[in-house]
Amino acid sequence: MKRSHVRKFGYIHPPTSKFAADQVSKLAPIPERVVLPLAQHIGKPARLLVEPGDEVRVGERIAEADGFISAHLHASISGVVQPLVTLLSPTSGMPVQGVVIESDGKDQWLEFVPDVDEPFSRKDVIGRIQDAGIVGLGGAAFPTHAKVDRPEGERIHTLLINGAECEPFITSDDRLMIEDSARIVQGARILAELLQVDRIAFCVEENKPLAIAAMRTACDELGLNAEVVSLPSRYPMGAEKTLIHYMLGIEISPGSFPTDVGVVVQNIATAAAIADAVLRGQPMIQRVVTVAGSVRSPSNLIARVGTPACALIAACGGALPGSDRLLFGGPMMGIAQASWNAPTLKSTNCILLLDAPQRIERNCIRCARCIERCPMGLMPQRFVELVKADQTDELDACHLLNCVECGACAYDCPAAIPIVSYIKIGKARVRSLARGGK
Amino acid sequence: MKGNQKLTLSTAPHFLGRQSIRRDMVLVTLALAFPTGGAIAFFGLRVVWMLATGIIASLLTEWCAKKLRRKPFFMDGSALVTGILLVLVLPPTVPLWMIALGAVFSIGIVKEAFGGLGANIFNPALAGRAFLTVSFAGAMTHWVAPLSTTASAVTTATPLADGFVWTASTSALYKALFLGSVGGSIGETSALLILVGGAMLLAFRVIRWHVPFIYIGTVFIGSWVLGHDPMIQILAGGLMLGAFFMATDYVTSPLTTKGRVVFAVGAGTLTVLIRSFASMPGGVNYSILLMNALTPLIDRYTRTRPLGIPRRQGKKVA
Repeated sequence: MKRSHVRKFGYIHPPTSKFAADQVSKLAPIPERVVLPLAQHIGKPARLLVEPGDEVRVGERIAEADGFISAHLHASISGVVQPLVTLLSPTSGMPVQGVVIESDGKDQWLEFVPDVDEPFSRKDVIGRIQDAGIVGLGGAAFPTHAKVDRPEGERIHTLLINGAECEPFITSDDRLMIEDSARIVQGARILAELLQVDRIAFCVEENKPLAIAAMRTACDELGLNAEVVSLPSRYPMGAEKTLIHYMLGIEISPGSFPTDVGVVVQNIATAAAIADAVLRGQPMIQRVVTVAGSVRSPSNLIARVGTPACALIAACGGALPGSDRLLFGGPMMGIAQASWNAPTLKSTNCILLLDAPQRIERNCIRCARCIERCPMGLMPQRFVELVKADQTDELDACHLLNCVECGACAYDCPAAIPIVSYIKIGKARVRSLARGGK
Repeated sequence: MKGNQKLTLSTAPHFLGRQSIRRDMVLVTLALAFPTGGAIAFFGLRVVWMLATGIIASLLTEWCAKKLRRKPFFMDGSALVTGILLVLVLPPTVPLWMIALGAVFSIGIVKEAFGGLGANIFNPALAGRAFLTVSFAGAMTHWVAPLSTTASAVTTATPLADGFVWTASTSALYKALFLGSVGGSIGETSALLILVGGAMLLAFRVIRWHVPFIYIGTVFIGSWVLGHDPMIQILAGGLMLGAFFMATDYVTSPLTTKGRVVFAVGAGTLTVLIRSFASMPGGVNYSILLMNALTPLIDRYTRTRPLGIPRRQGKKVA
């Protein structure tokens, strides 16, 4: 494949630290209680369908999508619904409401209805994806049914299944590809037929040879005409726009989406969840979560959605002394949690414990490493200057909103400037200015 | 369960690479060890005292300036680098008090008065040298031949000055300039040692190749066009040291590769023009300082093109 557009800058090579890479995924113990925030996804929070005291079984819908850009929520354990609680969202840090289910210890599952009609009708497939409450599992948590329900006349030529797990420590997608490649291929096939694409490519970095081999074998065995592309191992590779640029040479302008250029990107875990939903009728109730960092035995656990972080850490032998930073996600883009009880979401791929000491912020020395590292071709150094000078209109003119907050700039900043924090402040100001405020 | 262990919140990214200002400065200092070592070998122990004066005066000035500005003093190594560089661009005979004065000016006025490392407009060492040159023109243009060629300090002229006499072949002059047996500033004599230090900076990715190579290339072509011997023009004087260690200064040079190319071509052109037509020596010194002053302007017109933004209207991006 010709890749003359591939740039020699715009990435970093952090230590991969994938210590759980050869740990076979294990079923996590079923927690005594789960907390399921109603806002697990981009869009409106789901509407509650149950009341305190109701008994629910695994897979029962407990909240329904509020509008098209929203997603259903299902009980991930069987038990009794408790009164709603308010907790800090593990993604935004803002107070959100969550459904609590107290386990009855029986783990009774709802009978799922497999789909028997083949070929599936378009409406049926989208309906089943929606019923299963699937959201983008790579981290963005965009409702999947909304992403794949393309308007009449829009042509999607390429489906990229994203197995580029470029964040250090995280191995959940890697393990899923090694252990469950058939499910991923089934999901990809469903998507490809739904979107009528010409080309399917599984994109996996070269530092995951087992996953690449497993995907190739599964494609052969299931007769799916797809490429398995080996990508260079760099960060960020799995970011949607970076991946599309690398794979296809297409640059997506600000405000546009991959579908505008005929491309759909789905995470491999999402593809597997789609297969579960369409072929087996199983909703989104569990996923592989990597527990890594300062834990006794880093592992990959198949955990029910809503399991408290501390329960998963305990299942990995507990935290090592001194670890005081609990993250959901990887070290580059993960979100620090304020509570050991923070529940995993559908999109939580990693629980990471770190004890990295913070460095002191110094003056920018204009070394321009941030500019060289930026995958979006932006000038992070300038954003910091403009945020400090409170020049919000100029920030917008410098395409601040194009930033994907991958953190490559801050990672290699010799002055240890928290560039991403400045950028987040700048984005909030730009958005508030756009809304007419100041 | 673990309620007793408090959690610390932080914003992403939660771990950082090994880059630090101190690491950069240590690498530059190590790279400077090559020309500095050469200087001690060429001009004798006096260079050690000069270096000690430059470094101590720089650090003391920085410490005092930080106290006056009520900012924490931090050994980031930048004052060390400035102290060494200032000495390396001085003639070997300058009195020690003059070095100390230069260091006070470099650190106190050029760097700290503008807000410290990162906020200075001009390269501190070069501005310090320019200050000393205009203040003490005599002492600053008093050149001696390196010890390795003559037993005692014999007054000589540099190959770029009118009084320079060379009786051997041109190729022997090239060799002498390359290895370091012709008079000049302390750190400028051996092009070879500077290239070794520069190669080290390139290998550790502290600097990129664009500025030094384009700067030197521009001087080579420019002086050839104007009828000078281009080899002498690039080997003699402060060009090598300036190109690898001064024009690459992060703080005072442009941010993007595009901007750095403009900077290097500009500095090269100015060097040739000053050397050919100006009444004072120091083409490298003033060319870099002038380009330092133009850096904010260059930065303004040489921004990067963000992914997905067309360079100009009409280029197709989706």
